[in-house]
Amino acid sequence: MARRLHKQRYLLDFALSSLWRRKGKNLALLGVYSLLVFVLASVLFFTQALKREAALVLAASPELIVQKLAAGRHDLIPAAYAERLREIRGVSRVSGRLWGYYYDARVRANYTVMAPEEVAVPEQAVLVGAGIARGRHLSRGSTLTFQGYDGTPRAFQVRGVLSPESELLTADLVLMAAADVRRLFGLAEGLYTDLTVAVNNPREVATVAAKIQELLPDTRPILRDEIRRTYEAAFDWRAGILLSVFSGALLAFLIFAWDKAAGLSAEERREIGILKAMGWETGEVLQLKFWEGAVVSLTAFFMGTLAAYLHVFVAAAPLLAPVLQGWSVLYPRFRLTPFIGLFEVAILFFFTVVPYTAATIVPTWRAAGLEPDQVMRS
Amino acid sequence: MLMSPAILALLGGGGLTAGLLCTAAAAGVPLLRHFDLADGSERQLRLERRTSLISTLVAHGAAFELVGLFLFLSTADRLHPFFVGAMCAAGTLNAHPWGYPALLARLAVSILAGVWLIVHYTDCQGYDYPLLKLKYALLLPMAGLSLAAAFAQARYHLGLAPEVITSCCGALFSAGAPTVAASLAALPRRPLGLAWGAALLVLLGSGLSLIRRGRGGYLFAAAALGAFPVSLAAFISFLSLYFYELPTHHCPFCVLQGEYGYVGYPLFLALLTGVVAGVGVGVLMPFRHRESLAATLPRLQARLAALSLSGYGLFAGLCLHRVWVSALRL
Repeated sequence: MARRLHKQRYLLDFALSSLWRRKGKNLALLGVYSLLVFVLASVLFFTQALKREAALVLAASPELIVQKLAAGRHDLIPAAYAERLREIRGVSRVSGRLWGYYYDARVRANYTVMAPEEVAVPEQAVLVGAGIARGRHLSRGSTLTFQGYDGTPRAFQVRGVLSPESELLTADLVLMAAADVRRLFGLAEGLYTDLTVAVNNPREVATVAAKIQELLPDTRPILRDEIRRTYEAAFDWRAGILLSVFSGALLAFLIFAWDKAAGLSAEERREIGILKAMGWETGEVLQLKFWEGAVVSLTAFFMGTLAAYLHVFVAAAPLLAPVLQGWSVLYPRFRLTPFIGLFEVAILFFFTVVPYTAATIVPTWRAAGLEPDQVMRS
Repeated sequence: MLMSPAILALLGGGGLTAGLLCTAAAAGVPLLRHFDLADGSERQLRLERRTSLISTLVAHGAAFELVGLFLFLSTADRLHPFFVGAMCAAGTLNAHPWGYPALLARLAVSILAGVWLIVHYTDCQGYDYPLLKLKYALLLPMAGLSLAAAFAQARYHLGLAPEVITSCCGALFSAGAPTVAASLAALPRRPLGLAWGAALLVLLGSGLSLIRRGRGGYLFAAAALGAFPVSLAAFISFLSLYFYELPTHHCPFCVLQGEYGYVGYPLFLALLTGVVAGVGVGVLMPFRHRESLAATLPRLQARLAALSLSGYGLFAGLCLHRVWVSALRL
C-alpha cells in the first residue's frame, strides 16, 4: 500500500512539473475552466441563498390568508366573513388586515401602506421603511404628505425609520394607524383588505382552506406553503434558464478542452516517447495524464467556487442580481446569508468536472498510447 | 418539467455517463470476440491497447454513477415542496410513474458498477488479463442498464408536473395500503428482527471464516447479497420507527432529511458498500486458482470481506444505536 501511495505521489510530482513546463497552455485552460465554474457556481449559490432568504421571510408570514374575489379580481372583504371563518373547527384566530398600495410620483415608486397589528402607531404619524427614507430623504420628525383617494393632501409625521435589518421586508413599507389607512384609501368601516387565519394544527391548514372555499365560494384562500412553492419554482426556473443559456458556453469549453487534450505539441509527444522508451507503460502514462487532468480540474473547481462565493456573498452578486433577484425602484439593500451545501457542490461537479472528464478521456488515451518509434519517426 | 439546476445536472450527467458506458461496451465487444493473449498479430496488439481506454471510460462512468445515485435521491428529497402531498423523496418519486423505476435502475447500475470496479482492480493485479472476458461480459448488461436508467430518469424528470397531487410515505408505507412498500411495512417485527439478526450472524461467521481460513467465499457472497433485501425490509418494517420515534412511520426516505441529521446517507452508503464488496467476493471466487492471481486474490477477497462486514456493521451499528437512544419503546 505504502509503495502504491509513493508511486502516486511521484506521478503527481511529475504531473505538476509537467504542467508547469507548459504553463502558457495550461494557464489558459485553467482560466477558462475557472471562469466557467465561477459563472455556474454564482448562479447556483445566488439562487440557493435567495431561496433561503425567501423561506426565512415567509416563516413569519400568516399561514393562511383569505381574500374576497369579485369578477375574478381581489376585492375588499366584509368583517362578517371573519365571523363565519371563526366557526370552522380547527381555526384558532381570524383577524382583518388593512393595507394597500400608494404610488408616489416624486420617486416613481409604489409604497405598501399598512396598519400594523403588533405595533401601535398614533394617528397622523407613520413609520417608514429604509428604502423610502433614502428615496425621500426622511428622518424622524420629517413630514410626509400623501394625496388621499379624494385628492385631499394628508400630512403625516415620521415617527421612525424601520430597522435596516428588516429591509428585505420593509424597504417600501409605510405603517400607519388603521383609521388613517381607512381615511387615506376611503375604506368603509367593516371592510378589510384581507383576513389572516391561524390554524391550531399546521397539518390541517389545507383541510381548513378547503372548508373555507366550500363555506365562502367567493373567496380565495392562499397558503403560505403555496407562496413558498411559487418562490422556489420561480428562482429554480430563473436559475435553470440561465444554466441552459450557459450550456452553450459549457459546450464551447468542452470543445476547447478536447482540442487542448488532442493537440499535442512536438515537445509533449517527445516527452511521452521518452517516458515509454524508458520503460513506462501505457497505464502509467494514463495515470500521469489523469493526475494532470485532476490537478487542472480541482484547481479550477476551487478557484471558480471561491470566486463565486466572494461574488455572491461579499459583493452581493452584481453580475447576476438584476436577472435573478428581480428589480424595483425601491429595491431593498440586503446581505445574503453565506451558505454552500454539499448538494450545490455535487450539482456543480456534475455540471463541470463530469463533462470535462468525459471530453478529455479519448484524446488522453490516444496521447498515452504513443509509441517511442512513432515519435522518433515523426 | 421543473427547470431546476439539479434536474439539469442529473439529465446531462446521466446522459454523459450512459454515453461513456455504452461507448466502452461497444469498444469491448471485439475484445470479447477476438482477444487471445497467445496471438501476436497486429489486431491483438490493437485490442490490448484498447483495454486501457475502455477501463478508463468505465472507471469514470462507474464513479459518476455512484455519485449520481445519491444526487438523484437528494434531488428527489429537495423537490418535495413542489408537490402537494409530498413530504419527502417518497412523494416526489411517486409523483410520476417513472420515479421508482428510475431509482431502482440507478441502484442496480450502481451495484453493478461497484462490482465491475472490483473485477477491474483484480484484473489489473494479474499479468495476463485473467478477468478480461468477465470484465467485458459484465460491461454489456451494465451499459444497457445505464442507458435504461438514463432513459427512466429522463422520462421521470421531464414528466414531473408541479400541479400533481401525490401520495407520500404516510400513505405508501402504511401497513394497510395495497403497495409493495406497505407489505414490507406490515411484515411482523419479531420474525423479521430474528431473520435480520440471523442474516447478519451468518454474514459475520462466513466473513470471519473467509478472512482467517480463506474458505466459504460463495457462502459469504450469498449471505451479503441476501442481507441487503433483509436489511432494507427490516429498516422499513421496524428500524425506521426508532429513527422517527413514531410507531406508524415506516418511510426509508425521511431519514435523508436534515431533521434526522441526514443519517440516511451514511446508512444507505454503508449498505451499498456491504452488498457490493460481498458480491465482489463471490464474483472473484472462480478465479482463485488462476496462476497469475493465486498470490493476490485470497488477500484481496479477505480485504473485500472485511469491507463488506464493515459496511453492514456500520448499518447495524447506526440502527441499533438509534434503537438504544430512541424514546420509542415497542
